[in-house]
Amino acid sequence: MRLLTHNMLSCNIKGVTNGFPLKLEADKWVTKEVDLNADFLRGVFPKIEWPALVAAARALDYGDLPEQADGSMLTSEDFLRRFHHALLELHVEEGALVCPETGRKFPISKGIPNMLLHEDEV
Amino acid sequence: MPRPELQAPPEIFYNDSEARKYTTSSRIIEIQARISERALELLNLPDDGVPRLLLDIGCGSGLSGETLSENGHHWIGYDISQSMLDVALEREVEGDILHGDMGQGLGLRPGVIDGAISISAVQWLCYADKTSHEPRMRLKAFFGSLYKCLARGARAVLQIYAENMDQSEMIMTYAMRAGFSGGVVVDWPHSSKARKAYLVLTCGPASLQTSLPKAKGEDGEMCSDEDGSGDDENQTVGVYERNRPRKKLKVNKKGKSKGKQWVLKKKEQMRKKGNEVPPDSKYTARKRKAYF
Repeated sequence: MRLLTHNMLSCNIKGVTNGFPLKLEADKWVTKEVDLNADFLRGVFPKIEWPALVAAARALDYGDLPEQADGSMLTSEDFLRRFHHALLELHVEEGALVCPETGRKFPISKGIPNMLLHEDEV
Repeated sequence: MPRPELQAPPEIFYNDSEARKYTTSSRIIEIQARISERALELLNLPDDGVPRLLLDIGCGSGLSGETLSENGHHWIGYDISQSMLDVALEREVEGDILHGDMGQGLGLRPGVIDGAISISAVQWLCYADKTSHEPRMRLKAFFGSLYKCLARGARAVLQIYAENMDQSEMIMTYAMRAGFSGGVVVDWPHSSKARKAYLVLTCGPASLQTSLPKAKGEDGEMCSDEDGSGDDENQTVGVYERNRPRKKLKVNKKGKSKGKQWVLKKKEQMRKKGNEVPPDSKYTARKRKAYF
């Protein structure tokens, strides 16, 4: 699971009002190189919750993202490279996503988060 | 052999041996690829070469996702069957896949997705596999969460294998209730084998830009098992709008509507009483537009 996906996921257990962001607990992750596409990055940037991305990247020992970011930084090659790396090249293989409100853990195994809710959570 | 949906819930029907077919059967692979290409085409994404973030609902073995990747897009896939997801892992799909149940809601933030496809999956929502599964609740949760996560104007193209018209209409009803506009495109409507129905839904109100595309089909020409190519196009398109209730006619006890005569009479009565009544004009009791 890449951080792009993590940034979009929100806990939808019944009754949870603020299920975003899911806390990322990573036990194993890998880096997979992917071609940088500036158009995509510029297009997706407005949708990204930046603090959540920074926190998730830190959980994967990547601290090179600026604390805050705005659209003007998208002209910088250096910024784009870091953004690209954090968003698309870091893959979480094993770990868990934790709901910020209930503490419920969604395990990640072989890169696949298990988001299935139990009967009483629907 | 009854249809898959009547045999077992999807996470059980799509077991290891069934999932295996999605790697070994070239026929299945080809058909899935063809349907996925068509669904992507119906998504009508801008032709600007910019990769989009899409959903593949019921991504299964990753075949449909591969079509998305081949076209340069990023995607997030959902599937309920671990066996199918394992096949997707073997294929080393480029999208991120989630083990989840679409009937529980997609759990995505609002407005972040540029488009969604689904190949042969959504009809599974219509079957109650567990006592706690109420198809209507699941359809509502699915379409509600799908509508929420799509960006305004984004489309969802859902290829479905409905058992009958009732099921097809039920699915459409819940899509409309969630706020989608759109309709059904049926390719090859006259061939029972090749026939494919696509729900083409747009997030937001209907407009000129969201008119339904032409369906593929042929008049009289024979279709082979697999989708043949054809130049003739038959329009087989049904358009559904959210039901806007028409303004009710005011009706008196005798069943006659309160028309212009009645209004004029009433005004005259009021004048005789001595009330202040606006003068009668050509606008008095004129019929107003249905949505006022």
